Amino acid sequence: MTEPSGTRRPGRRAAAPPRDAGSWAPNVHRLSTGPDRAGTNVAGRRLTGPVQGFGQMWQKTYRLDVGPDIAPRQAIATWKAHFAEFWPAGSRFDNSLTGISPGDVALLDVGLGGGVRLSTGVFVLYADEESFTLMTPQGHMFAGWITFSAASAPPGPVTTIQAQVLMRANDPLYELAMALGGHRKEDQFWIETVTSLGRYLGAPPAPVQARTVCVDSRRQWRRAGQIWHNSMIRSLPRSLRTRTRGR
Amino acid sequence: MDERAARMGLRWVGDDAAVIDINGDVTAAAEPALTSAYEDAAKRGARRLVLNFGGLEYMNSGGIGMLVTLLVHASRNRQKLAAFGLSRHYREIFELTRLDEAITICDSEESAVAAAAS
Repeated sequence: MTEPSGTRRPGRRAAAPPRDAGSWAPNVHRLSTGPDRAGTNVAGRRLTGPVQGFGQMWQKTYRLDVGPDIAPRQAIATWKAHFAEFWPAGSRFDNSLTGISPGDVALLDVGLGGGVRLSTGVFVLYADEESFTLMTPQGHMFAGWITFSAASAPPGPVTTIQAQVLMRANDPLYELAMALGGHRKEDQFWIETVTSLGRYLGAPPAPVQARTVCVDSRRQWRRAGQIWHNSMIRSLPRSLRTRTRGR
Repeated sequence: MDERAARMGLRWVGDDAAVIDINGDVTAAAEPALTSAYEDAAKRGARRLVLNFGGLEYMNSGGIGMLVTLLVHASRNRQKLAAFGLSRHYREIFELTRLDEAITICDSEESAVAAAAS
């Protein structure tokens, strides 16, 4: 492969691996989950970032000060080690996501109300000692990234934990659902998650600061066909079977 | 000043084409510098924007998110975006995040400037 011209540096030694080399997941074209977890709306799906989504693009940020006694690295290590435990009731990860390493795939089961469940998953795109990022597959509610980070912002040594979502709804049905209460539900979801971590870290009770910015108000209509992959629709037979059995 | 913090340079390679030279660490903290370079280029009438990643030393997921925001601004202002100077490692990250579907990746500055014209 030809070395891009912009990377040539006369007199420079053979390039060392970039500092971020171990933090990014290896490049994958389609997700694999192993034969025992096939048929879960994840295996064989492509990853989708905010560029690939259908709906308006949103950046949602949820922050909580956890005080001066918790270092950012400590907060992230805790978040990684107990990630699934901080999720609100009604949603659960399978037990494969322990430790959060780049390239991990975890299956996710989300209760949407009325007995409807959404089976989907997430991919660990990036992870270092002070942050990690999950990326969603085709059919997920949204196309995007969720970045969890912790930082000690000047002037004081107070550590802040943060969850930030950069997303577009993946198809027209999800876009409608987001407008009809989905955004509110999502806000509540992340506020509960961040609050749970804060409580675990022993932070004094405080409200989570939430900030929502519409980055792009346009919808990408050429991507409306992504509804074909909609995991909510594809999860319906399973939801119905579960409901029937429960009667 | 943190030596690793991103430094952005702006230069013109035509009446309507500007190159933003990106050096150092690209993280969310680089957003003010990148936004400033972009706004400067836009104010001076750039229709084609070329990102030179030849001096990129480190990038995390916050940096990728920042590039998406830049892409949205450029798209809204009907500006074309291309990039060059990406090492194999960063090219793979652009492919993994599928950012390469929105930003044309080229091998040289000349081809990136030409790609941003098409």
